[in-house]
Amino acid sequence: MERDTHFILGVYEDEDVLLHAVKEVRTSGVKIHEVYSPYPVHGLEHVLGYKRSRLPIAAFLFGMLGTTLALTMQFYMMRFDWPMIIGGKDFAAFPDFIPVTFELTVLLAAFGMVGVFMISSNLKPWAQPRIFDVRSTDDKHIMAIDIANNGALEIEKIKEILKSSGATEINNKSFEE
Amino acid sequence: MQVTSSVREPLVTGGKSYHDVTHDVARQVEGKPTLAWFLAFLTAAGTLAIGFIAVAATVWEGIGMWGLNKTVGWAWDITNFVWWVGIGHAGTLISAVLLLFRQKWRTSINRAAEAMTIFAVICAAMFPVLHMGRPWLGAYWALPLPNTFGSLWVNFNSPLLWDVFAISTYFSVSLVFWYIGLIPDFATIRDRATGLRKTIYGALSFGWDGAAKTWMRYEAVSLILAGLATPLVLSVHTIVSFDFATSVIPGWHTTIFPPYFVAGAIFSGFAMVLTLMIITRKVFKLEDYITMGHIELMNIVIIITGSIVGIAYITEFFIAWYSGVEAEQYAFINRATGPYWWAYWSMMTCNVISPQLFWFKKIRTSIVATFVLSLVVNIGMWFERFVIIVTSLHRDFLPSSWAMFYPTWADVGVYLFTFGLFFTLFFLFAKFFPVINMAEVKSVLKSSSDKPAK
Repeated sequence: MERDTHFILGVYEDEDVLLHAVKEVRTSGVKIHEVYSPYPVHGLEHVLGYKRSRLPIAAFLFGMLGTTLALTMQFYMMRFDWPMIIGGKDFAAFPDFIPVTFELTVLLAAFGMVGVFMISSNLKPWAQPRIFDVRSTDDKHIMAIDIANNGALEIEKIKEILKSSGATEINNKSFEE
Repeated sequence: MQVTSSVREPLVTGGKSYHDVTHDVARQVEGKPTLAWFLAFLTAAGTLAIGFIAVAATVWEGIGMWGLNKTVGWAWDITNFVWWVGIGHAGTLISAVLLLFRQKWRTSINRAAEAMTIFAVICAAMFPVLHMGRPWLGAYWALPLPNTFGSLWVNFNSPLLWDVFAISTYFSVSLVFWYIGLIPDFATIRDRATGLRKTIYGALSFGWDGAAKTWMRYEAVSLILAGLATPLVLSVHTIVSFDFATSVIPGWHTTIFPPYFVAGAIFSGFAMVLTLMIITRKVFKLEDYITMGHIELMNIVIIITGSIVGIAYITEFFIAWYSGVEAEQYAFINRATGPYWWAYWSMMTCNVISPQLFWFKKIRTSIVATFVLSLVVNIGMWFERFVIIVTSLHRDFLPSSWAMFYPTWADVGVYLFTFGLFFTLFFLFAKFFPVINMAEVKSVLKSSSDKPAK
């Protein structure tokens, strides 16, 4: 389906001005599509009202999976499938299994979490991101406002709100998709 | 809102703006390689090629090419392995432990230090793989696969197998940590580029757009990865030390090994970071980002870990005497006064005495002195591993089997090969990847620059 999307972009120079601007713009009833920054701005996700990321939960679950797999594997191989006396130790030499269990826990937690992050943020080598403004990876913060989502408000009104919140430039951007 | 004391030393000097950060780092990637870079790269690649002769000879003829004998079954190979793994500890320590402690000065050096970690671990892995004699089989003999040739599993009671898991987990988690950090910076380069470079860095940047939501997840991922990597980095050298500590060889069979090895690893890792960063900041003109303040802080870490290592040497000696075990006592007296006395005293001088010079502010803040001492520390740490491994093995319980170890040309050549490999990879990284984490430096710029950023 072909769809044109039209955005109004507010360009901000400073992270603190941006944080205030996001609050102001949201309280005046404008829905923000997303803010693009060259570096992580602390507190931005709070003023935008984003819920806390659940990635730590994913990491924990993958970690537990790693622990379980590692212990199952070692007990199966060493105690059940082919028990052997090694250095007079018990077949199920639990303390000896800790290092490998730890390593596999870390391995699965790290890879699982990063995998979920890649999928949830749509990060992949062939991804074609919508670049609103190339300066957003250099030195400017770009606030994008989707006109279709703010049907009740007039475009000029939105631009005025952006201007008074401290935007140094206001641009239009359209994507044909 | 961030409030920073005006007395605090700035992390970035020169009154840089956000755009200056992008420009200063990205121009290395975008410009044509300089003559100095070409010469350095060719030297490294040449060393790699010459060293490869020794690797080929070792694989073709077998490890009889090395100077090992029945008494000394581990020598340069394991010395070099432990040495490289130790060097590989600084990168993840800087990026993970210093992130958890909120040490913002890490932002300028973490990228290069992590790259160094990854390359050092690759070099380290060369030695156990080559020591297997038939590396093409070793690749799967070490894994817990159902062994169809003998229906046996790998031995999970063995610290050597723990090492396989520890090193490969450390390598792959460090690689992922490093790459996640690189993604936003690749996007910066992509957005400045045109043509083929745009396509390549576009693919490398995984379609990063810097959305606030993605940054939020990115920060969560970095924090958790740092939390996972911190015990991981401590576990790796602990497990490497188990290779020795769980045996019954006098001189190896000591419980102090894990913390002592970890301290030594951080010690040598920071020394190697200093060696590389002093060259990198000079060649790429990054003195405003890697400042004297950074060098001084790293030197302080070297004093601390060097002192821990020194105390560990003395404790080992004391415990050997206090244990009353004759073989143990002899092993330590033999280290200091036996045929390898020169290795022991090189280790003592380089690792215990030389880092203490950093107590003097003049030495700690001198580029030349830091560079020389960083090399001295790594020479000392090589001797430490040589002393532990060779002098413990060459005279054990049975005097009739006492022997000496002499390296052959193949021992030297394989070591040279890893040097070539390390520097070839590092120079490629320095040319084609952003050597400083631009996004992270920008995030501390406002609070920690010498002039407030616009």
